[in-house]
Amino acid sequence: MRYGLWMQATFISEKKYTLLLEGVKVENVRLVDRISSKKAALGTLYLTATHVIFVENAPDTRKETWILHSQISTIEKQATAATGCPLLIRCKNFQLLQLIIPQERDCHDVYISLIRLARPVKYEELYCFSFNPKLDKEEREQGWMLIDLSEEYKRMGLPNNYWQLSDVNRDYRVCDSYPTELYVPKSATAHIIVGSSKFRSRRRFPALSYYYRDNHASICRSSQPLSGFSARCLEDEQMLQAIRKANPGSDFIYVVDTRPKLNAMANRAAGKGYENEDNYSNIKFQFIGIENIHVMRNSLQKMLEVCELKSPSMSDFLWGLENSGWLRHIKAIMDAGIFIAKAVSEEGVSVLVHCSDGWDRTAQVCSVASLLLDPHYRTLKGFMVLIEKDWISFGHKFNHRYGNLDGDPKEISPVIDQFIECVWQLMEQFPCAFEFNERFLIHIQHHIYSCQFGNLLCNSQKERQELRIQERTYSLWAHLWKNRADYMNPLFRDDHSQTRGTLRLPTTPCNFLYKFWSGMYNRFEKGLQPRQSVTDYLMAVKEETQQLEEEREALEERLEKIQKVQLNHTKVKAKQSEPSKHSGFSTSDNSTANTPQDYSGNMKSFPSRSPSQGDEDSALILTQDNLKSSDPDLSANSDQESGVEDLSCRSPSGGECAPSEDSGKDRDSDEAVFLTA
Amino acid sequence: MEFSDLIRTRRAQAKLLRGPEAPPLRGTLCLTGHHLLLSPGPQATSELWLLLLRSVDSIEKRVASDSGTITLRCKDLRVLQLEIEGVEASLDIARSIEALSSLESVITSFPFFYRPKGLRLGDAWHFHPPERYYKRVARETNAWRLSEVNEDFSVCPSYPRAVIVPRSVDDGALARSARFRQGGRFPVLSYHHAPSGTVLVRSSQPLTGPQKRRCAEDEELLRAVLAGARPGARGFIVDTRSSQAAKQARMTGGGTEAKAAYPGWKRLHRPLERGQPLQESFVRLVEACGDLQQSTDSWLRRLEGCCWLAHVKEALSTACLAAQGMEREGACILVHGAEGTDSTLLVTSLAQLILDPLSRTMAGFQELVEREWIQAGHPFQLRCAHSAFSHARPKHEAPTFLLFLDCVWQLGRQFPLSLEFGEGLLLALFEHAYASPFGTFLCNSERERCLCEVRTRTHSLWSGLNQPKEQRKLRNPLYAPNPLAIWPSVELQSLRLWQGLFLRWIRPPEPSEVAWEKVWQIVTDKEKTKLSQPTVSASEPQL
Repeated sequence: MRYGLWMQATFISEKKYTLLLEGVKVENVRLVDRISSKKAALGTLYLTATHVIFVENAPDTRKETWILHSQISTIEKQATAATGCPLLIRCKNFQLLQLIIPQERDCHDVYISLIRLARPVKYEELYCFSFNPKLDKEEREQGWMLIDLSEEYKRMGLPNNYWQLSDVNRDYRVCDSYPTELYVPKSATAHIIVGSSKFRSRRRFPALSYYYRDNHASICRSSQPLSGFSARCLEDEQMLQAIRKANPGSDFIYVVDTRPKLNAMANRAAGKGYENEDNYSNIKFQFIGIENIHVMRNSLQKMLEVCELKSPSMSDFLWGLENSGWLRHIKAIMDAGIFIAKAVSEEGVSVLVHCSDGWDRTAQVCSVASLLLDPHYRTLKGFMVLIEKDWISFGHKFNHRYGNLDGDPKEISPVIDQFIECVWQLMEQFPCAFEFNERFLIHIQHHIYSCQFGNLLCNSQKERQELRIQERTYSLWAHLWKNRADYMNPLFRDDHSQTRGTLRLPTTPCNFLYKFWSGMYNRFEKGLQPRQSVTDYLMAVKEETQQLEEEREALEERLEKIQKVQLNHTKVKAKQSEPSKHSGFSTSDNSTANTPQDYSGNMKSFPSRSPSQGDEDSALILTQDNLKSSDPDLSANSDQESGVEDLSCRSPSGGECAPSEDSGKDRDSDEAVFLTA
Repeated sequence: MEFSDLIRTRRAQAKLLRGPEAPPLRGTLCLTGHHLLLSPGPQATSELWLLLLRSVDSIEKRVASDSGTITLRCKDLRVLQLEIEGVEASLDIARSIEALSSLESVITSFPFFYRPKGLRLGDAWHFHPPERYYKRVARETNAWRLSEVNEDFSVCPSYPRAVIVPRSVDDGALARSARFRQGGRFPVLSYHHAPSGTVLVRSSQPLTGPQKRRCAEDEELLRAVLAGARPGARGFIVDTRSSQAAKQARMTGGGTEAKAAYPGWKRLHRPLERGQPLQESFVRLVEACGDLQQSTDSWLRRLEGCCWLAHVKEALSTACLAAQGMEREGACILVHGAEGTDSTLLVTSLAQLILDPLSRTMAGFQELVEREWIQAGHPFQLRCAHSAFSHARPKHEAPTFLLFLDCVWQLGRQFPLSLEFGEGLLLALFEHAYASPFGTFLCNSERERCLCEVRTRTHSLWSGLNQPKEQRKLRNPLYAPNPLAIWPSVELQSLRLWQGLFLRWIRPPEPSEVAWEKVWQIVTDKEKTKLSQPTVSASEPQL
C-alpha cells in the first residue's frame, strides 16, 4: 500500500480531480460480482477523502466504480481465503460490494480507514461542504430559491378567511423542530397555540400541512398530546376546535393516530398518549396501525437479506419477502394516506394527524395523502415542494434517520424510503398520473444518503440555519431541475380525467397491487432489470418528433423563401422524406440483449464460456445509464472510455471455462459435460 | 341432437353484474345454442352483450323467493353474475347453460356455424403452413428433407403430414424409429439456427423399457442429425423429466437414451412440472387472485404456495439452456419428456423466441404457434377442456400453453422493444385456446382436424386476428427489430406475476388502458410528423 500524494489524471475527469489529492491505493484487488460468482474483476482500489474508487485493470474499459463514503452502511471483514482477504461493503443505496484484497494487512488498513471515513462526526466533514459543481454564487443562490414554500401556501389559496400565517414560532421560540412560518386557523390565538404546544410532545402543536381549497377541508399535523391517563389542556382542546371551525362544511374533525393502538396506550404510562374523545368536542378518533421506526428498520433488513440470498428458490424468495413484512408496512402507510385523502375530498372533513413526535409516520401519511389529493404534487416541481413541505420544513430528522453523522444506530430507519416506495407503487398503478419517472425517485433516494447537497441535511430548519447551509452548500432541487429531461415520464397525461384531481384508488382492497420494487432494491444488479427501457425509448421518440417538427418548420420557411425568390426556375416539391437518421436509439438498445446469464441454477452444470453477466455488456448497460444520468456520482460504475462501439459485440468473450466438480447428482446424465468443452 | 332439446327456457329478465368496476346491465336474457345474450331495453344506450357458452367454466346457482342468481365463471377467468327474475326461469337457464357449455362434440361446436362478415372460409388456413418453413430449412442446409412418411397419419397420429428429417435417413428408417418412440413421435427438426449451424430437434421418449431395448434406425437418425450440423458438433438431449422419473418410466415401457447407444449425445435433466400438478398450480393461483379479503402477507404466501412463478422460472431457464447450448456452444439439442407434446413444445418454442428475431414478429410468432403447438400435436382439446374454475374432476387438463404465453409475456416485459406483438395478442391466444369462434385450436392433432374437416368448415383465428381493425390491440407500438438473441433474466426479482392476465378482471383496467393510448399517441405522432416532412428537391438553387 502506498500512502501519499498521487493523481490519476488518465481516467478521472477534471471535475472529480480535486477530490483525489491525498489517498490510499491498493493494487490487485478483485471486485466480485454478486450474481455470477465466477466473474471477478481485477483492479486497483483507491480511497479518497470522499469516495472509494475501484478501477478495473482491463485496458480497454478501465471501468470505474465510485462509492461515496456517506453511502456506506456497513463494512464487514470476512474470513481470509486462499485468494485474499474479503471485504464486504453494504451501501445505503442498496449497492453491495465484495472486494478481495490480497494482503491481510492492507485489508485491515482499508477496513479501519473506511470505518472512520464512513462515520463522520462533524457536519463539516460531509461531502456537500467540499462538493463544488462550478456554479457561481448567483447561480447557487438562485438554486436555493427554486422551491419556495410561501409560494406553495399561496397556491393552496392561503391566507384566506380561515387560515393565517402565524409568527408565533419566530426565532423558533415555541418549537425548535418546526419552521418559523406556519399556517394556523384564524381563531387560534398565540395564547391558544402556546398553550397547546405545552401539551404536545416536543411542543409540536397542530399546524396546517395541506389545505384543500375545493371544500375548505384541511390536513393538520402535530405530535401526540401529553394526556397520560387523565390530563387535559383547555388550549389544546380550543386548538382542535379552531381547526374544526376553519372548515365550515363539517361539524367534526378526524384525529388520526398513525400508531398501533397498543403503542399509543403504552405511551400513556409515560405521560403521553392520545386524545380522549370525551374531552374534545366533535372529534372522531381513529388509530391506523403503522409500526414504529425500529420495526421498519428490521423489516428492511430482513427484506435485503432475502435479496442477498445465494440462488434462492422462488418459494424462499416469496417466503422471505412475506416474512420481512415490508410490503405490509408499505400498504399500512398507503391505507392511512387513502383514508385521509378520502376524508378530505369525499367527506369534506378536516383531519389532524399525529404519531408520537409527529415527524416520521405523520410526515409519511400527510405526504401520501397530499399526493393523492393534489395533482400538483405529482409533477416534478410539485414533488420537490411536497418533500420540502412535509419533510424538510416540518423537521424530519434526516441526520438521525439516515445516519449522516455517526450516531445512535437505533435512530436509523428507512422512513422517507418508504414514502418514496409508496410513490413508486402509485406510479405502477397509475402510469400516466406522474410527470416524473422512476429514475427521479431513485436519484432522490440516492441523495438522501449522499450528503452531496445541503437540503436534506440536519434534523431541523433551525439546525440548517445555524450551519448556514444555504450559503455553504448547493441545492439538490436546482440540480434535479437542471437535469429534468432525464426524469420525465413520457406517459404523463395531465389532461386526462383519471389523472386530474384526486387519484381514485380501487374500492376493493387489492393486495396484489403492492409489488417488490426490484428497480430500487436490486438497482445495481443491472442483469435483473428489464434490458430495454420503455421510458427512454419513448422520450427519444418524443424528442425525435420534436426535432422533425422543427426541421419541417425550418424547411417550410426555406421553401417559402425559395418560392418567392425564384418562381420560375426552381422545381420545388414537397415529397415524403426518407426517414431521417436521428440518434440511433433503436439499435443501441438491442445490444444489451445479448448476454445470457447462468441458467443452470445451482447445479453448476451449465457452461460459462459465454460472458455470463459479461463485462462488455454490463459495462455497456452502465454506460448508457451514465450517459443518461447527468450525475457522475449516481453511476456507481462509471465507464468513461468504453464507447458505444463495443455495444454490439456478438461473440462470446473467449476465455477458458473453469471446470467445476461433478455435481454427482446423477451419474447417468451428463450435467457437467458442457464444462469440458 | 338438437340444441333446442337442451334449452329449457329461452328468455328471462335479468340483471348482469360484471365485476366491481363495471356498471350492471339490465335487460332481456336470451339463450341460443351457442350463446348467452343480454339485450338491454330499447331506451338503453349500451349494446347487446354476448357470451360464448363454450367459455363458461363453471356455474353456480342460488335461489331466493322470487329470483335466482347464477354465477358464471368463465375460462378467460372472468366472473359474471346474473340475477334472473323467477325461480323456475333461473333454474332452467342454469341447467341449460350447464348442458350447452359442456357439449363434447366438435362438429356441432360454434366454429362450424360462425360465419363472420368480411372473412371467407378457407382463406387463412394457408397463412402459416409449416411446410414453408421446412422447405426453407431444407433448401438452406442441404442436410434436411421434407418427408411424407406420415402422409396418412399412420406412422405418427399426432404429427402433421409433412415433417422434416435428416436427408440421409429414408422413410423406412423413420417408420422404424417411430415404433421405438412413444406415440410414434420420432425425432424431427423443430428449428434450424443458421448462425451456429445447429438444430433443435424434438421427439417423445424412447421405448427402451426395462430390458433397455435399442433401435438401430433411431440411433442412426440422431447420428445423422449431428452429421448434418456444423462439423464436430456435439449433441445434448434435454430431458424435461428428472432423472429419477426418466428411470421410472422404463418400468412402463418408456425410458431414456442410453449413453453408449448414442455417441456424441449427452443427456441433461431439467424437470418441468406438467399435467395435473401444473393444473392445480393454475387453479390455486386463480383462487388467490380472486380472494380480495386477504391481507398482504397471506397474498404473498398464497402466491408462493401455488408455485406458478417457479414453473415460469423453470420453463424459461430450460428454454434458455437449450438456446444457449445452440448459440454459445454450437451444439445440437434434442428435447423430449415423455409424450413430447407438452413441456417439450414449451421448451422448443421458447428457445426459438429467444434466438430467432423472425419469430418475434407478428407473423413469425403466429407461425411459431401454428408450427410448434398446433401442428406439432399439442392436444388443445384435452388440455384446455376446462380452465381454473371447473368443479369437474380434471382428467387431461393442463395449462401448458398458458405457461408458454406467460413466459413470452415475461420476455416481453424484459425486452419491451423486441417483440412486435403486445400483451393483447397473448391474451387473445389464451382466450381462443380455451373457447373460440374460430377453428384453429380445435381438436388434438392435425389428424383429428382433417377428420372433422376443420380447415374447410371453420374460420382460422389467424385471419380473424390479422384484420386491420384488430391490429391496434395486438401490436406493440414500441417494436424495433432486434437482430440479436434476447437472453432473459430468470432471477426471482426479474419475474413478475402476469397481472394483465391473472388480474385482468379484478384490477381496474383504466389506468393501463390510458397508458397504452398514450404510448400509441407518442409513436403515431412521430410517424405523422415524419410523413408530413416536405423535402426540397436536389435541384434547389443556392440562395
